[in-house]
Amino acid sequence: MSKFKFKKTINTPEVSTASLPDIVFMLLFFFMTVTVMKDDTLKVINELPNATEIKKLEKKDRIITIYVGKPGLRYEKFFGTQPKIQIDDKFVSISDFGTTILAKINEKPEHLRPFITVSLKVDKTASMGLIDDVKQELRKIHALKINYTTYEGDTFINLGK
Amino acid sequence: MSSRAEVPKVNAGSMADIAFLLLIFFLVTTSIETDAGLSRMLPRDSPTPPLPIQQRNILPILINGENELMVNGEIVPMVNLKDLTIAFLDNGGLRSEASDYCDYCKGERSTTSSDNPEKAVVSLMSNRKTSYGTYITVQNELTAAYNALRNREAQRLYKVDFTAMERLYSSKETTAAYKAALKKKIQTIQSLYPMKLSEAERK
Repeated sequence: MSKFKFKKTINTPEVSTASLPDIVFMLLFFFMTVTVMKDDTLKVINELPNATEIKKLEKKDRIITIYVGKPGLRYEKFFGTQPKIQIDDKFVSISDFGTTILAKINEKPEHLRPFITVSLKVDKTASMGLIDDVKQELRKIHALKINYTTYEGDTFINLGK
Repeated sequence: MSSRAEVPKVNAGSMADIAFLLLIFFLVTTSIETDAGLSRMLPRDSPTPPLPIQQRNILPILINGENELMVNGEIVPMVNLKDLTIAFLDNGGLRSEASDYCDYCKGERSTTSSDNPEKAVVSLMSNRKTSYGTYITVQNELTAAYNALRNREAQRLYKVDFTAMERLYSSKETTAAYKAALKKKIQTIQSLYPMKLSEAERK
């Protein structure tokens, strides 16, 4: 009979995990507020350039977004590596571009149509040739308000390769 | 003796897992999308050719296929573009007797550069092979030049930045009455330095 009992292990008090859900919920709400649901599945590589003098586009209901860039890796086999235009979920050739945009404008309620802005989300490696064609087509259908959508950041990063 | 039966506690240990699942779901389905950028108005598709402009009132900017920049016939680095544009716009080269003399300009008043900001036109010409990134940088620097001048005038007249006024104007919280007042101020500043950016069409 020993008088002393050796405690083999000193019990460290357990860390309470009761507040873990709260932390995770906080994270969850953060992400819910700062992110926007993806409307379109991107089929093109779309790394936007940076700019500093940007203005936020308010009023989502009057914006038509078009994406321009090289087809993503999965689509390269069928569509090649030249920059392409994507509207909604489809690739659109420059000859169909005008009619597609017109159709998109006509989907909008009539009182919004004069205020439609075309947001150009263009990959920074794309060449201006295609963008010029796009702008010409937009002029033909009188969709004159455009927005070169960019990220906020040092604009000189765009130059380096 | 207690009067009520004890309510068994619900185990909240799995709450974290549920929250994590939700979190991961949102992480996967959403992306931090940007909805800001440089707004431009395309010119109308008109068949009439524009009126000829005097050479001194045009700042020709060329970007070639190798993304090099040429302003006024000289190859310049991109960092100088903003200052060159400001110098051109703010020149105010007319003599002080002239009717449209620019009394708020602080430029060199050289006779070989623009007469006044109203007449000054920035002409931008890019090559089909120019990369979009470079083009946006140029557009950004030009906007920065205009914004710098407009900010200066807004500070002088209203003690507030032009860009700050624009931001307030597009904000949802601003009341309609305040917006109307702001709009007037914004238009005044814009008329002092109207943005005349012409993009030449290639043949």
